[in-house]
This record gives sequence, C-alpha cells and structure tokens, in this order.
Amino acid sequence: MTETRIAFTLNGADVTLPEGTRPTTTLLDWLRGDAGLPGTKEGCAEGDCGACTVVLEDGAERAPINACLAVLGQLHGRGIRTVEGLGADHPLPALLAEADGTQCGFCTPGIVMAAWAHTRAGGDGHAALAGNLCRCTGYRPIMEAVERMADDGATAAPFAARAAAFAAPGQAFFAPTGLAEALALRAAHPRAWLLAGGTDLGLRFSEHREHPAEVIFLGNVVELRGAEAGPRGLRIGAAEPYSSLLALCEGDFAPLAGYFARLGSRQIRALGTLGGNLGTASPIGDALPVLLALGAVVETSARRLPVGDFLLGYRRNALAADEIIVAVDIPRPPPGALLAAEKLSRRHDQDISAVSLVAVIERAGETITAARLALGGMGPTAARAPAAEAALAGKPFTRDVLRAAAEKLAEDFRPMDDWRGSAAWRMRAARGLLERLWLRHAHPELAAEPFAVPA
Amino acid sequence: MRDSIGAALRHDSALRHATGRARFLDDMAEPAGMLHAALASAAPAHGRVLALHLDAARAMPGVIRVIGPADIPGENDIAPIGSGEPMLADPLVEHAGQSLAIVVARTRDQALAAAAAITAEIEELPPVLDIATAWERHSWLVGPFTMAQGDAVAALEASPMTARGEMHLGGQEHFYLEGQIALAIPGEDGDMLIHSSTQHPTEGQHVVARVLGEPYHRVQVQCRRMGGAFGGKESNASWVAAAAAIAARLTGKPVKLRLPRKLDMAATGKRHPFLYRWQVGFDASGRVLALDAALIADGGHSLDMSAGVIMRATTHSLNAYSVPALRVLCGAVKTNHVSNTAFRGFGGPQGAMLMDDVLGHVAAAAGLDVETVRARNFAGGENPAQTPYGQALEGDLIRRVYAEARADAGWAERMASIETFNATHPTLRRGLGCFVSAFGVSFGIPHLNQAGALVHVYTDGSIRLNHGGTEMGQGLFIKVAQVVAQVFSVPIESIGITATSTEQVPNTSATAASTGSDLNGWAAYHAAETIRGRMAEVAGLHFGCAAGDVRFEDGEVLGASGNQRLVFSELAKLCWKSRVSLSATGFYATPDLEWDMQEVRGKPFFYFSYGAAVAEVVIDTLTGEHRVLRAHLVQDCGQSLNPAIDRGQIEGAFIQGMGWLTSEELWWDRAGRLRTLGPSTYKIPGSRDVPPVFTTRLLEAAPNPARTIFRSKAVGEPPLLLAAAVWNALKHAAGTPHLDCPVSPERLLAARG
Repeated sequence: MTETRIAFTLNGADVTLPEGTRPTTTLLDWLRGDAGLPGTKEGCAEGDCGACTVVLEDGAERAPINACLAVLGQLHGRGIRTVEGLGADHPLPALLAEADGTQCGFCTPGIVMAAWAHTRAGGDGHAALAGNLCRCTGYRPIMEAVERMADDGATAAPFAARAAAFAAPGQAFFAPTGLAEALALRAAHPRAWLLAGGTDLGLRFSEHREHPAEVIFLGNVVELRGAEAGPRGLRIGAAEPYSSLLALCEGDFAPLAGYFARLGSRQIRALGTLGGNLGTASPIGDALPVLLALGAVVETSARRLPVGDFLLGYRRNALAADEIIVAVDIPRPPPGALLAAEKLSRRHDQDISAVSLVAVIERAGETITAARLALGGMGPTAARAPAAEAALAGKPFTRDVLRAAAEKLAEDFRPMDDWRGSAAWRMRAARGLLERLWLRHAHPELAAEPFAVPA
Repeated sequence: MRDSIGAALRHDSALRHATGRARFLDDMAEPAGMLHAALASAAPAHGRVLALHLDAARAMPGVIRVIGPADIPGENDIAPIGSGEPMLADPLVEHAGQSLAIVVARTRDQALAAAAAITAEIEELPPVLDIATAWERHSWLVGPFTMAQGDAVAALEASPMTARGEMHLGGQEHFYLEGQIALAIPGEDGDMLIHSSTQHPTEGQHVVARVLGEPYHRVQVQCRRMGGAFGGKESNASWVAAAAAIAARLTGKPVKLRLPRKLDMAATGKRHPFLYRWQVGFDASGRVLALDAALIADGGHSLDMSAGVIMRATTHSLNAYSVPALRVLCGAVKTNHVSNTAFRGFGGPQGAMLMDDVLGHVAAAAGLDVETVRARNFAGGENPAQTPYGQALEGDLIRRVYAEARADAGWAERMASIETFNATHPTLRRGLGCFVSAFGVSFGIPHLNQAGALVHVYTDGSIRLNHGGTEMGQGLFIKVAQVVAQVFSVPIESIGITATSTEQVPNTSATAASTGSDLNGWAAYHAAETIRGRMAEVAGLHFGCAAGDVRFEDGEVLGASGNQRLVFSELAKLCWKSRVSLSATGFYATPDLEWDMQEVRGKPFFYFSYGAAVAEVVIDTLTGEHRVLRAHLVQDCGQSLNPAIDRGQIEGAFIQGMGWLTSEELWWDRAGRLRTLGPSTYKIPGSRDVPPVFTTRLLEAAPNPARTIFRSKAVGEPPLLLAAAVWNALKHAAGTPHLDCPVSPERLLAARG
C-alpha cells in the first residue's frame, strides 16, 4: 500500500509529518524550522562544509549525510539522528570540548555527528572529516579528540523501503519501490525530475530554492539497489550510493580505492549515486573516466549500451524519456594490466577534479599491448584519449614513451580556462598524470600516495 | 582561583558548542510577526543604474515591501569610516554583487525569490579589475605614503649588487562558517534593537542610526557570539545590520536578514591582494644595503578600512629586518572589486612578506643560502634595531624565536634528509622554509585603543561581566573572565559571561587588531578592582582592620589575623546591607601611542609579538601539487593568560594563513564577477591538509616588558604570518626565489619553468 504521509524516526522517536508537507523541503530547513532543532547548522547549503551533518541510522549502520542536500521525501522510513539526539551526557561532545576542539563552535555539531558515524564505520580519521570544514582550530585538536572517541554501541531499527507518494500544494513526489512502478510513473509524469541521491539535484532545492511540480525518487527502487563483485566485474545499482562502490574497490579494483575515496566526502558518498552521475551527465563526475576507461556498460530499463555511447555531451545523455538507468556493469581490468586512477584538485579531499585520468594499460613484460585512457576536466564531458592511446600501443613502457604519448593529448582535448585551472595548465598537468603512469609501472615500490609522510 | 591567570581553561562555550546548545543568531527564537529580508544585487562590475524595476517583485507571493535607494529613511551611506559608501547602489554600480534593493517578505524563500525577480537597466561602464592598471591611472583610494630612511636611490647605485622583483599576492575570503546575519526588532519611539553577528557593535549602532536618521541612543546592537569572523564581520556586519534595520523600520516588524553563502561571498570584502615591485642593493655577504619598493593593494571599489590596512602593511614591510636605506611606497588603489576589508593580520602579513621575497632573490643572486641572508639582516645585533618609523624591535627575541623554531624542526637533519630525497626521487621534490615575524600590537589609529567594561557583583557572590569585546570563537570571553576571577580570587564558575551590547558598554572599538584581551582585560580588571576596593573597605570595617590588609583568597575574604574570614558571598551581602555599590565600570586606554601617517613616523604599537616557523613541503614536479609535511611553530605570547586558548589561536591562524597562500584562490572572470563563490569552488584547508608533523610552542619565560594585562601578549593575528614558512619551503622545493601566491599547482609548475 502506498503511503501518503512522510514518516521517519528522528532521534529515536517516530515522526509523521502533516499531509501537505512539501517533500522537497530540505531536511536542514525542516530541522531548524518546524522541528525546532537548531543544533544542526547551515554553513553553505551546497553540501561542502558539513555544518549540517546528521546521521542516517539503519540497524547497526551509520551514514553521515548533509542535511542541506537531503529532502524530506527521500527520507521516508529512514532513521535520522541529529546532535540533539546524542543525549545530554554523551561522551563525544565532551571529548571534543576537552580537547579544545571548538573555537567558534559553528562547525562543531556537524563534526560531532561525522565523528559519531566514524566511531562505527572506522577507517581513516581524515576521511571521516573530509566533508567537515573548520575555519578556526586548524583541526589538530579535533583529530586528537576523534582518535579518542569510541563506539557507543547504540543501534537503531533497520530501514525497510515502503512505497510512498506525497502530495503538497504544487508538488507531487513519488517514491516507488519497484522498477515497473517507477517506469509507470515516468510514463505518466514525463516532466518529473528523477531524484537519486540528490548530491547534484539537491543543490536546486537547497541553494536555488527550486521546487519542481513532480519528482520521482528512485533511491528505494529495489532493482536499482545493490552492489556486487562477480567474476566478470562489478555490478553497481544505479541508485546505490558511492559508499557501496568504494567498499568493492579491492583486488583487481584496489587501484580505484584512493580515487573513489576522494569523490566528495563520506556525506556525499552516502547519498550520491552512479546513476545520478550518469543521469545528470555532469561534466564534473569523477566516476565517468573510470567507466570509460574500463569499458563499462550502462543497463537501462530498455537496453544495454557502452558508457561512451550513453554520454553525449555537456549534461546530455542518451536516456530516453521512458527509460530509467538500472545498473552499471564495470568489467575487471585484463589480467596483468596496470589500472591507475589519478585526480588533480585544489584540495586533496572533498574537491571537484580539475583534471582526472583513469588508465587501463595492458602489458606484456615491458611492452604496452593496449591502452585505454579516459580523462575528466579536459572538455565538456569526460572522454577517451584516442591519439594518446595509439601512441602507447605496441611501445615499450618507458618514461619517454609516456612523455611522447602525453604530447598527443593536445590532439585529443581542448580544455578550457576556469577557476580550477587554465587550459594550458590542465594540458600540462594531464601530461604529467600520464607520465605518472610510468612511475606506477616502473617504481611500484614508491608509495601509491605521492605525498606520503616521510619517516 | 588565585591561579586563574595562566590556567589552560577551555572555551566557556565549548560543551555547548559540541552539544548544539550554543545559540547562534539564527538559532534564537524568532519574534512574533518576524519578516525576512533578501537583497537584489547587481550583475555587472561597473555601470550606471538607469532604471530599477521593483514592481515584479512587489507582486510576488508574500512580499510585504520592496525598498529602493530612495526609500531609505536616513542616509544611503554605510561607510565605516568617513562617508560615501552607499547601502544601495545609486546610481553607480561599482562591483558585481553590489546591493540594489531590499525585499521584505513573510518567508525567506519568498524574499529570495522576489529579490531574484528584480531587474535593473544598467548602462555598463568599463571595469578596472587589476592593481597594475589602477596604479597606472593613479586611482588612489589610500595614499600613496612613503616610508623612507636615508637615501635609497643613492644607496642602490652604490650597492655592489642589485636585484629587482615583482610579486603578486592574492586576497582571501574569510569563510566564517556562520554567514552574515542580523535581526532588527523595532521598538517604540524610534528604538531599534539589532541582534548582529558583529565584531563591532558600536559601528553597527552608528551605521544603523545613520541609515535610519536616528540618534545613536535609539539603536542598541547586541552580539552573544559569532560563528567565526576573522575581520569579515566589522564593516560588512554593519551594512547587513543596516539593511535589516531599514526593512524593520519601513515595515514596523522584526526583520531577519541572513545572506546565502554565495551572495555573502560576492557582496562582502576580502583580504587585500597586493602587488609588489622592488629593487634591492646588497653586498656579497647578503647584507641588504638599500631597498626601493612599492606595495600596492587592491582596495576594491571603496575606502572601507583600507587606510588601516595600508598603515599596517607599511609598518610591517621590513618585518623583523633592518635595511639602512629605503624608500617604501605604499597605497591602495580603486578597482571594481568588492571593497576589501579587515582580515586577520590587516595588511601586516602582506607587508611582512615583502622582505622574504627580497631576501630569497638576494640569496639567489649572491649565491648564498637564504638562511644565511636572513640571519645577516635581522634587526638588532650587529644591525640597528630601530624601525624606519622610529620604534625599536627586540633583536634578541627575533633571534630566539628563530633559533627555537629551527631547533624544534631539527633544521640541519631535515635539510640533509631532503637533499638525499631530492637526489633520488624521480618526480617529487621536498623543500624546507622558515619565516620569522615581528607583529606590532595596537590599533594603528591611536584613539581606537580604548575599552570599557561593566562588572556587577550580586549578593549571592555571583559576578556578571560585560565588556566591549566580542566573542568570535577566539576565547576572549574566557580570558577576560579569568582576569576578573583573579581579581576577586573566585572560581571561574562565579563569573557570568554576557552578550556584548552597546547598551551595557558604549563607544567601543572593534574586537580586532588582536587587541581584544589587551584592552578589555584591563578594562574589566579596573572595574573589578574598583568593586574589590569597596568590598575591602567593608570587610576592613567588619574585621576591624585596614582595608589594605584584607585579602581575597580562594573564594574567601581574610582579615589581618588568620581567623577573620568571610566567604565571598557573605561579604557581598554585607556590602549590600552596608549600602555600598557592587557595580562598577572600568576603562582602559593604551598609553604612549602616537602616529603620524603622513610622515610615517611615531610609536604606533604598544609592543611587538614575535614568532617563527619552519615548514617542510613536498611538491610533485609532474602536476604542481604539493603537501605540507611538517611545521614547527614558536610564538611569543608573553605570559599567556590561557595557554590552551593561545595554542588554538596559533594553530588555527597558521592553517588559515597556509590556506591563504596555497589552496584559497579568488578567481574573477573577465567581467569582474567572482566565480569562486561557496566552498565547492573556494577551497579552505581540510583536516588532511594539516601537516602530519605539527608542533606548536609558546615561547617560554617571556613576560611582556610592556605593561599589558598580567604581562600577556596578543595572539589573534601574529601567528597567521608564520604560514609564510610554507611559501618559503615551496620556493625551496621548486628551486626558485619567485613564487606568486596563492601557490596553486599551476603557479608552482610555472615557477619551475
């Protein structure tokens, strides 16, 4: 039965919103407004500062998200915890306070919530806080406090998707759970926005304050969910968040782990999806060069086509009006091939690539037998580099050969000037990234992270 | 208690911050009937408004009032100093993002939508968007002033060797996490209460009064805390408050104005970018003999506080060094950028980087190690210690912080390790750099160096503290509370910290120039001392001893003999019964300051704060990326009031300065529109950017020789300069003495050639 009122669990208590609540109201606006919970702050309303971080709870799982990007309709059935919901005597805020981890305090609730999720998820502390900016402290005391924080063991009810459709004045919001239902809605509402995670589209709600008449939320469509590694490669549901993809970056795909760990932040990866990246055909998606280089196939509700044929240009793709992206199949690199993914950005974490390069280089001993190169940031959309690829095929894997191939990038791309870098630097840096492939091949003993801390 | 001063007490709001219970302005309960304002702003960087179309906005849902320049009840002028800076462009538009109109509506979304619907016919004029062009046109906003000593031209000609250079240094967005916000609540008879996220409530009061056409006494400006400020909430907070006040006056309702982040970044001033051109004469030992330099700032379209920034850039242009013959020309030119404003360091960091640019080139030209050249030119020792404007530096402290930072870093060992690494790694290069700073503390305008406080003792022994300083996260409130706790010898919990308000303490200066605790600490001390003196009189009568023999210790008050004692609250109650006032104001004016900007002479600073840093970096020669690997900071805080707070200021300032010089770039397109609006495009440092090895020390056993409050030193701005060590390390790694800032991967690759 389709539910018609938005309901979720907030800080452990069931909340049902009144009929007519606008589903594209951001969680942040609702928390700070109707919910009367101003602990969660607005710093930027574009998902980049983390002051609005809250946590989605699902059984024992915790996913930090940006409350400024998530809208109420997509949270139906979810469990949400805000800083107020940690309870008055929770040890995490006290640890941060005692470490002198707050100065102005505005970013602090978001940092506490990112850290609370991290105590469950584990891993690198910097990765945990990559989505949280602090302008006062210089982070040192925050990181020290985070190192001392322990999992409190609390769990929540598991999430189970329930079909829903919400109506508000001037707006209809559909949250189907099956593909057939989603396709029927798409046919009936051809002008509806397709919403997956909302890390791109969410800006239009949050920052641009747009409220479309019709939205179909795909995040709960079961056929679009799931991520698995099989003998032939990875199959990633179109509405599965990037965090699931990152978790599969091991074995043959291990060289992608560092790259996908730099896609947004944990908050962004908890919401953002491959399907969304393909659906908006945004030129700044870091996933696209990976898909192009590995020869991924996009599976829609109607057909399967190579990702290169799916992407048509700047924010243009081949998706038909009655079609929905279902999944992406990412083949394993050929045995023995060098797979490398390089990203250049102004800041290491939580930054959009100025230039990215993903390479699959097949080799027989010291000879390159075939090369697939895909670059982002070098044109209106991510694209392969045929001239440079041709310059590598059949050549020895030497620095000079890489340099010569790098010169060919000028035939493949005509980058543009913008705030992330001039066209000239982009070309020079892209050549440098290609040359770095030689380093990956010839000096595997050097740290994969070029900026490893000296002993 | 007695040890309140110097205790590493945590920020008074730390736990409230971390639990989300600290209330920022936008978190406060909204008054009934409150409306929301939004601003319509200009797209072109330069033009003349021919027509402003407000009717479409008036017809939009929820809109209550649309306000153009003609509707402003008082003057259309928000200048923080002087006059002539319009609240709403009329008719000239002088930067992209300048406000054209104010919309008031029932909801914020309605106000934003209506503001976006406002159109203007603007006759576009050619904008001036770079310093060099404005300089060629002699388009001066401030100056130029000349700081001179000896005959620089003759000394240059006589120098055995010379070099010349040009360097560009970018601006910086404050990126306070809490954006600009004000809530104006109209009262009766012209009263206006303004809640403002401001470093300068008094200026807010003056600007609001001016746009309303009211006397100052009708306007009260209040601020409990800001979510960061860094200089960005002085003049810019005032005009945001003014816009809210105009809207509140014209609607008769409370009005909140909270700028969306992108508008905040487009419409508020930044740190001043600078262009340096210089010629230097030196000898084979690396001793600088003559310097002829120009330091020109981009002031943006209006004066704002550029005069103060130029004063500080000028007086810091030799930093910790001595040059026998010099001529330094310094001024700010007018461009069609947003009006640049105060930002932590206030021109000091920009001025102080000149000599490191010069010394690097001297070392390269003379074939010397840059550290040899640095040490050869420090003020004091074998060189004169006097600044060109007539104030003495402490050469021993300069050398001490330098030596300690290098020792902390293990300089020689690191250099050897770097040389080995660079000889073997195929693509990466490491570099080591140092920076030493001498930062003058005081407002550059002598009369601003004053502060007031108001202290009440209640009959239960609790104490309410108010002063003119504002809390932006820097820990001022806890430091001043420590001063008061020390005077009364009571626990810090006895001190109630209160919001800054023009109603409690009038005619205050901005909380700026690092002077917050210097000024307000003394003012609060004097207020508390007044009350303590009165209480001692009452206690003396009670104990039958002289007031001078009464001691306040650990929450008790003791008479001349050991068995005479009252707990503090008993004495407070006794004072009340004795009809003795338990309330007092305190005032402080920094002594012995004088300054003549025309002549560039005087004693503008009460004292100098010294610091030194060593940084180690690695760069990727393929891409221009870099990472800071290590940093070792030593900062002189005098006798620290609170070492935990001070350490936080030092570390935070260093990382903020590092961002300014590396990842933070303001990028304007050819039409003069800032395109790095918001954190997705403007990149302040993240946690991973902090050097993995990062040590910070407060210089030990260094009480301030100047009579500051408990011999402490200011700490807000001076350590920001230490980040220039990163810039020097990057130059070393890149193998070049010339490196413009911010050091983007692009500039780093270009510098390598």
